[in-house]
Amino acid sequence: MADKSLQTLLERYADHAGEDAIQQLRQLASLLTGQRVVHVNSTRKGGGVAEILEKLVPLMQELGIDTRWEVIEGNEDFYVCTKSFHNALQGKNIRIPETLLRVYEEVNARNAERLRPILESAEIVFIHDPQPAPLLRHCPNRIGKWIWRCHIDLSNPYRPVWKYLRNYVVDYDASIFSLDAFAQPMPHPVFIIPPSIDPLSEKNLTLAAKVVRETLEEFNIDPRRPIVLQVSRFDRFKDPLGVIHAYTLAKQFVPSLQLVLAGGGAADDPEGDVVLSEVREAAEGDPDIHVLSSGHYTDRTINALQAGADIVLQKSLREGFGLTVTEAMWKGKPVIGGNTGGIRLQLMNHRTGFLVETPEGAAMRIRYLLFERRRIGQIGHAARDLVRQNFLITRHLREYLTLMVALIHGNEDRIELG
Amino acid sequence: MREFAIKDCALAHIATGRRAQTLRELRDILRDVHPGCIYHHFWGTLMRPQFSNLEYNNDFASWCFESLHDSTAAERLSAIDPADYANLEDLRQELLDVIESRLDETELILFTRPDQQFSFVRSVIVVFDTYRLLADPAELAVAVPQMSVGSIFYHFIDARRRDPVGIDDFRAWLCGEGGGYEEVCRKIAEVDPYFESLHDLRARLTGLFARYFGKGAQLENRNG
Repeated sequence: MADKSLQTLLERYADHAGEDAIQQLRQLASLLTGQRVVHVNSTRKGGGVAEILEKLVPLMQELGIDTRWEVIEGNEDFYVCTKSFHNALQGKNIRIPETLLRVYEEVNARNAERLRPILESAEIVFIHDPQPAPLLRHCPNRIGKWIWRCHIDLSNPYRPVWKYLRNYVVDYDASIFSLDAFAQPMPHPVFIIPPSIDPLSEKNLTLAAKVVRETLEEFNIDPRRPIVLQVSRFDRFKDPLGVIHAYTLAKQFVPSLQLVLAGGGAADDPEGDVVLSEVREAAEGDPDIHVLSSGHYTDRTINALQAGADIVLQKSLREGFGLTVTEAMWKGKPVIGGNTGGIRLQLMNHRTGFLVETPEGAAMRIRYLLFERRRIGQIGHAARDLVRQNFLITRHLREYLTLMVALIHGNEDRIELG
Repeated sequence: MREFAIKDCALAHIATGRRAQTLRELRDILRDVHPGCIYHHFWGTLMRPQFSNLEYNNDFASWCFESLHDSTAAERLSAIDPADYANLEDLRQELLDVIESRLDETELILFTRPDQQFSFVRSVIVVFDTYRLLADPAELAVAVPQMSVGSIFYHFIDARRRDPVGIDDFRAWLCGEGGGYEEVCRKIAEVDPYFESLHDLRARLTGLFARYFGKGAQLENRNG
């Protein structure tokens, strides 16, 4: 095995995704030689977008693509406004005051003054999410293709807010959504690029068995008895009460069963506390239900919980892509998930997990897997393979590169190069 | 013998925003949807996340089975081999004929949940050269396991749409240059490309070429 400290980033990913996948990235990237690419978002640290860019940008640079990552700077009102955008685009009826909208526009105008030379001279500009969307309007002499990358589920937006933002987005050359179901009609090509996980991150690194065992014991979870786990916010759409119901039904047949519900409530979600107190009430009196609710667990702790579980649940009633499903599958776990959103793309009954509609369905699958324990290993193995082949960051990068080549070469149905 | 140029490809997926909730809606949209959607839902589906042992070989059939719960329509749609049709318009017509006949024979109006509608997506395929050339067929035993799944897709799946007689590039190369490779061509022809992932397909072809050409042939060729 090569000395890890001497490996390039691409070589480290080759260990997981395969040398052929990395070679393909190099060849695709060679078609983009000389192109200047800029990514713009609103934060350097924290949140899913920054997590992706932290890896995508160095990978693109290592592939020889001149890539920059710029971050717009805003004030408190700006972030209040964009947080409201986020919630409204996901369906909440939120009226955003005109004063906040003016702040949003002014912040973008101010950032455009600073970023204009970089943005106007780039061949490809990726604008991530609504925060920097108006930048395009402030770059009239742009030479490149501008792409709006929407990481949000826009399937059912609060219309007045979407109508306002759409005005900024329609002028882009293309947009990207994570799932077809999340997309809104646009006058330009709408690309579909599912998200991915990073096998080198703290969330997904392979942990030593000792670390996993110690983490379980830290929370008084018995590593010798079967464990089912759901990692998610305490949100009704994640159906934590349904999970407890499923566990209760399954426990009648598997008395040693333990349930771990790990997650937190979002700071801006007052309903989270209500759901959490309902969960605590439902769990009361059963020492085998572990509600880990501080919400401040490190990525490594969540990783250890996933690695230590026998079965992972994601019994959502509504879900975006469901990256917690992907993470558990990467750890070789069979996942029982709600038949919704991106979970449907990842789970196939008896092959990589199970899709269920009800707590009863989830209970039946828990019982089946704990009865036929060899299936846990078999399904987990297939699940990890599916993630390796389709949901690692290297695939995500390949699709970005393909999109760039497609846009530069005119977006024909068939582009033959070389 | 002419050389075999190994190409690679990648697909970008573009949403059309058109969705069907019933078989009738599927038929109506199919009549005028972008031909790239027909390509995507027959051929491009093999480049998307999937599992070994697929039950149906195209998205239309899978949707009829999984979301519409119409097994009859699913079975008939899955019997369509896209390589049998000279172009995407002929393939579109066959799809319409199969769906029309199903609509004629049933009075049931089956519909899906809103979140399980059929979403029409089209593909953009980017084909690029790997600058690797094979001069001797025995080199396939070494080259195929090193190919990306994009190369496997291009030479084994996409080729069937490009080739006038609907065969893959390996057979076109081996059989197009005179005799001597009929047996391996027959073996390749027996590999059904529609029921496993491209990774599994690569492993299957790797085994096939290794068995046929043997390790000795590979080494001799590499050293020679």
